Amino acid sequence: MAEAAADLPLAEDRAVRRASTAQLTAGQRLALKYFTVAMVLFLAQMLFGLLAGLQFLMPDFLLGVLDFNVNRMVHINAMIVWMLYGFIGAIYWLVEDEAGVPLVGIKLANATFWVLTAAVTVVVVVYLLVQAGPGEMRSIWLINEGREYIEAPRWADIGIVLCMAAFFYNVAGTFMKGRWSGISGTLVLDLIALAGLYFAGMFYTTNLSVDQYWWWWVVHLWVEATWEVLVGCIMAWGLMKTLGVRRKIVTTWLYIEVALMFGSGILGLGHHYFWIGTPEYWLGIGGFFSALEPVPLVAMVVHAVYDAGRHGFQSNNHPALAWLIAHAFGNFLGAGVWGFIQTLPQINLYTHGTQWSASHGHLAFFGAYATIVVAFVYLALQRWRGEVWMSGDLPDKGWKWKWALALLNVGALGMTIALLIAGYEQSFTERAIGGSTWQAFFEGQTRPWFVQAMQWRMAFGVLMTVGLVLLLWDFLVIGKGEARPAKALPAMESPQQRSSPQP
Amino acid sequence: MKTSAPWWAAEDFWRKCAIFITAFMALILILLTFHSLAAITAGAGRVPAYSVINHRIDYRFDRELGRSMPIIGDEVPLFGTKFSEVEARELVNLGKLTVQAKNCMNCHTLLGNGAYYAPDLTKAWLDPGWGNEQARELLMTMFLKDPVANARTFGTGRRMPNPELSDAEVRGVIAFLKWMSAVDTNGFPHGFKPLPQGGS
Repeated sequence: MAEAAADLPLAEDRAVRRASTAQLTAGQRLALKYFTVAMVLFLAQMLFGLLAGLQFLMPDFLLGVLDFNVNRMVHINAMIVWMLYGFIGAIYWLVEDEAGVPLVGIKLANATFWVLTAAVTVVVVVYLLVQAGPGEMRSIWLINEGREYIEAPRWADIGIVLCMAAFFYNVAGTFMKGRWSGISGTLVLDLIALAGLYFAGMFYTTNLSVDQYWWWWVVHLWVEATWEVLVGCIMAWGLMKTLGVRRKIVTTWLYIEVALMFGSGILGLGHHYFWIGTPEYWLGIGGFFSALEPVPLVAMVVHAVYDAGRHGFQSNNHPALAWLIAHAFGNFLGAGVWGFIQTLPQINLYTHGTQWSASHGHLAFFGAYATIVVAFVYLALQRWRGEVWMSGDLPDKGWKWKWALALLNVGALGMTIALLIAGYEQSFTERAIGGSTWQAFFEGQTRPWFVQAMQWRMAFGVLMTVGLVLLLWDFLVIGKGEARPAKALPAMESPQQRSSPQP
Repeated sequence: MKTSAPWWAAEDFWRKCAIFITAFMALILILLTFHSLAAITAGAGRVPAYSVINHRIDYRFDRELGRSMPIIGDEVPLFGTKFSEVEARELVNLGKLTVQAKNCMNCHTLLGNGAYYAPDLTKAWLDPGWGNEQARELLMTMFLKDPVANARTFGTGRRMPNPELSDAEVRGVIAFLKWMSAVDTNGFPHGFKPLPQGGS
């Protein structure tokens, strides 16, 4: 970070604008720290994903050193954590602007960042070096809980809850001191739900059915409900800032999205209760409501694309707008369409626990969440580097951000389609024909179409990693040496709301 | 520039919708959760009591229901021992703890949930790959004790790394797998043919 430049005032127009944290608020400086860790973990997610993907093709690769389960655990945990870091960063970024007052409890907020980051580091080091323990509660408390997505050991769970409580105090306290809005009200209520749901995953039971029942409360009600509403809030604020959309419009859309999202997503949870021992009525309830889950995502696409078109795509931050549009489509395709195609129990009976789920997971997490965090980082960089020009006609013609956008999106979509083909093969060979025995599983895994799909998945994974490296390079340099100020937005509802230190 | 939106496009209308719909759906979920948790208590019916490990477990297609169902059969003690409910629970619990501590779920799936690198374990106890009822316990024990030397990769080269289990943990894991195979999963996996048991 360019702390050295902190004492430089904002340069006059015509002169080069400087990156300086002096032109940021305390919350925004903290947000930059969160974004930095998020990007490091994004890279870690990719690298461990590549290792795990390679093990499908070369099973002996790193066997006994970094086994598939370790790589896969780091792959998905790094993802969950970097996305949460991205969301937290985005909220710290917008909270003061939205509330109209400085952040409440900045010291606590900074301390929380360091505690949380230290804890995440320890968890990952233990994952990599200790990996597994004996079948005792000690292992659950200290090493890993062995429950997909929420593997973090119990001590870390408690730490995470405490850090979230501090974060919540910062956010809610700032809004209470300043002003409330539809966006901030929705955001705060959503954060309560998001943090509260985490408790549902913090216990141990012998009964696997009960275990998975509550486990899905965390996993589903996070990623298919509360996270979606959270990014809806971030998106609403982002559209106001990049396009100058009127507050009344984004707020109304946000309420529509919340109504549709929770209306379908809460009982859509039932699509995880088809086969875990829970009663038959979940087949009907889960199938029906989860089939409706794409509806709010369609609404989000309509909203984003309509607003962007309404403003003639005249944004003050082209990369951010492009990633917001990528978010709208990625969310709809990955979370919506790819979820829908296997959500009815009649299909899910054959696809549950196959590469179909991996296919859905890859596009859903990338499309719904990675994209919007990237968009937000571009918004933050623009301001940090001196509210610089980031519309068309960038000095390097914007090739880095454009190629990064293309490679990451093509890579994610390519992996998704490859995994879907593998999933089809697996469903037919292992499930429909082979009757799900181990023999049938391995037959499916060795069919040429499956193997070729895994090779393509690897190729697209590499492509995506190249895209990420390019993206990180762009993050380091975009807007540096830029003399032009950011493009003014003609339709901005109330420019005085921006807590800008310059006249 | 105040424009009066029609009621169906008004901010206030949608705020109320958001609140009421969320509250209603959450209430339904909570009510269903009470019912479901009662239904999946071990021993309540759909999810077996832990002492089910003392019995032969089968999985047969039910023509009327149109799906396969676990069938709890005669007493066939595990490891030649008949366990009380408390002992059975302890043993299955050790297995469940071990399965979590060894992070099995990030290669395998349990009830179809987990990772997709290694086979689903829902019906592992009944898999025809164990050959027959008599050999099963011994083969499972040998495999879990040293999965590298006793690899069952069906020609793929995808071997399971050694989880370094104690003898007690091996027995626990096998008990847990046997118990899991008796959970009524609404017919998942479909079309599964278990290994021959009891002379069938």
